[in-house]
Amino acid sequence: MDPSATLKIAIVDENPIRAAILEDGLREAGFTQVVRLGETTRLLARIHAVDPDVILIDLENPNRDVLEQMFQVSRIVKRPIAMFVDSSDSASIQASVDAGVSAYIVDGLKKERIKHILDLCISRFNAFSHLQAELDRAKTALEDRKVIDRAKGILMRAKGLSEEEAYALMRKTAMNENKKISEIAQSVVTAADLLK
Amino acid sequence: MNPRLRIGFIPLCDAAALLIAVDKGFCAEEGLDVELVREVSWSNVRDKLNIGLFDAAHLLAPVAIASSLGLGHVRVPIIAPFNLGINGNAITVSPELYHALAVAADGDIADPLVSARALARVVAKRRTAGEEPLTFGMTFPFSTHNYHLRFWIAAAGVDPDEDVRMVVLPPPYMVDSLVNRHVDGFCVGAPWNSVAVDLGVGHILHFVSDILAVAAEKVLGVRRAWADENPETLAKLLRAHRRAGDYIEDMANRDEVCALLTAPHRIDVTAEVMRRCLDGRLKVSPDGAVRVSERYLRIGRDGAARPEPVHAAWLYAQMVRWRQAPLSDNLLAAAKGVFRPDLHDAVLGASSVTPVPGDPADKVGAFTGPAFDENDLKGYLAAWAPTRR
Repeated sequence: MDPSATLKIAIVDENPIRAAILEDGLREAGFTQVVRLGETTRLLARIHAVDPDVILIDLENPNRDVLEQMFQVSRIVKRPIAMFVDSSDSASIQASVDAGVSAYIVDGLKKERIKHILDLCISRFNAFSHLQAELDRAKTALEDRKVIDRAKGILMRAKGLSEEEAYALMRKTAMNENKKISEIAQSVVTAADLLK
Repeated sequence: MNPRLRIGFIPLCDAAALLIAVDKGFCAEEGLDVELVREVSWSNVRDKLNIGLFDAAHLLAPVAIASSLGLGHVRVPIIAPFNLGINGNAITVSPELYHALAVAADGDIADPLVSARALARVVAKRRTAGEEPLTFGMTFPFSTHNYHLRFWIAAAGVDPDEDVRMVVLPPPYMVDSLVNRHVDGFCVGAPWNSVAVDLGVGHILHFVSDILAVAAEKVLGVRRAWADENPETLAKLLRAHRRAGDYIEDMANRDEVCALLTAPHRIDVTAEVMRRCLDGRLKVSPDGAVRVSERYLRIGRDGAARPEPVHAAWLYAQMVRWRQAPLSDNLLAAAKGVFRPDLHDAVLGASSVTPVPGDPADKVGAFTGPAFDENDLKGYLAAWAPTRR
């Protein structure tokens, strides 16, 4: 068995979907001891209780600064933690910051042992961002369609146009004004609301 | 055309000079195209500045030093040619702790030596009664808040690492933590102390200007290598910041400045709270008591923007005192080298700095202990040798 599989990994992420995606990835890769910490009040105490070897945290999380306290040698820190940085490998630091994730490891743990954990983490975070972006695009497209449909209805009633004519009118206006058709539709809806 | 600059900031009042330099158009008038990026943690700001995702950043002065010395993280030399703020922090405690301190005090609790002695009594009493130690929040291991709080706590013999608990809390969580009793007090910058007082959950016990008369707080930090490669851009940035500092300090602009600073995606407080912080006119108690101090937060006035290497030396001395760094002449020199009055003066002129009447001779002005001597850190630190009971 890969000795890395015995590493205990804590995921600190308030986004439950992303945390689940990451956890699944780690389990598939053979890591059996993965703990998710979604709730982050008293984070240090929770981490003490879990006593992980590796901590993964998303960069949108203000609690990153709390983890930095674990670098300090003091009574409230059970095992000193170090940031996973390899100054010889600035590309991997850049990749992790770009992906929006950071990793901390127990001091003394060999960095090679967690390199593939970080790589996995980066690829899952990137996959999640793409998913999120697609979802946002789909949502926007749906919203746009709703507005365009409303604007079409308004123009059809006000000007006695057919559906195709109403759409063509908006498309022509959008092209002339160098705007998106959804923006023109929104103007129509807003104007109609004002004139009610 | 200049390339676009990305500058990171944390939503705190002392980001004001940076935000006004951009949002009032002073950067644009210098020909700079700046994108401001609001961040949620000092770790993020540090990392993004270090790896070059940011060209410059609103930075805790001790983070600039720690990064340059390679403490707690990879070593990346950072320089600070401009102070974004002097002072501005405060120590806020829960109503319960405030009451306990007032009862234990042998004089006016507004005097930090009196309050520090009262704290020692409260800590001793809790220990005798078998109660949990007091817990204090601060923002980052390498933060002025950590050092200011420790300086006060230790003044009457309380050991910050043994007798109380010190925990890092992101500023937006400070107030909640006070409400939930996770902490009994904290040291944080504006506006968070005012937010706690307004909610009736905290008393401002001391402005940090009670602890140190002049404390370097946030700096405009850039990578040393970036500064070397982009002297023209840096000069433009400094000129824009100088104009912003002057603009902020001109009372005639205060309303406009507060409106700009509290716009969406900038600092999430009301313009009224912002105004109190900039005016140094703070409600300090839930009963409405107000305290006014000229020294509370200095941004553009009285030469506040000019970095003083002695302040970097003081911060480095705290890192040594609290075992974050070893004592060495080389590290001291490296720490002082982070603060660059030469770059400031080359662009903005040394004549802009006029001595402020009442400013301390050692340029720090601590409320207790020997005067700070950057040329004898060993002797200075010996005065603070632990006095274990």
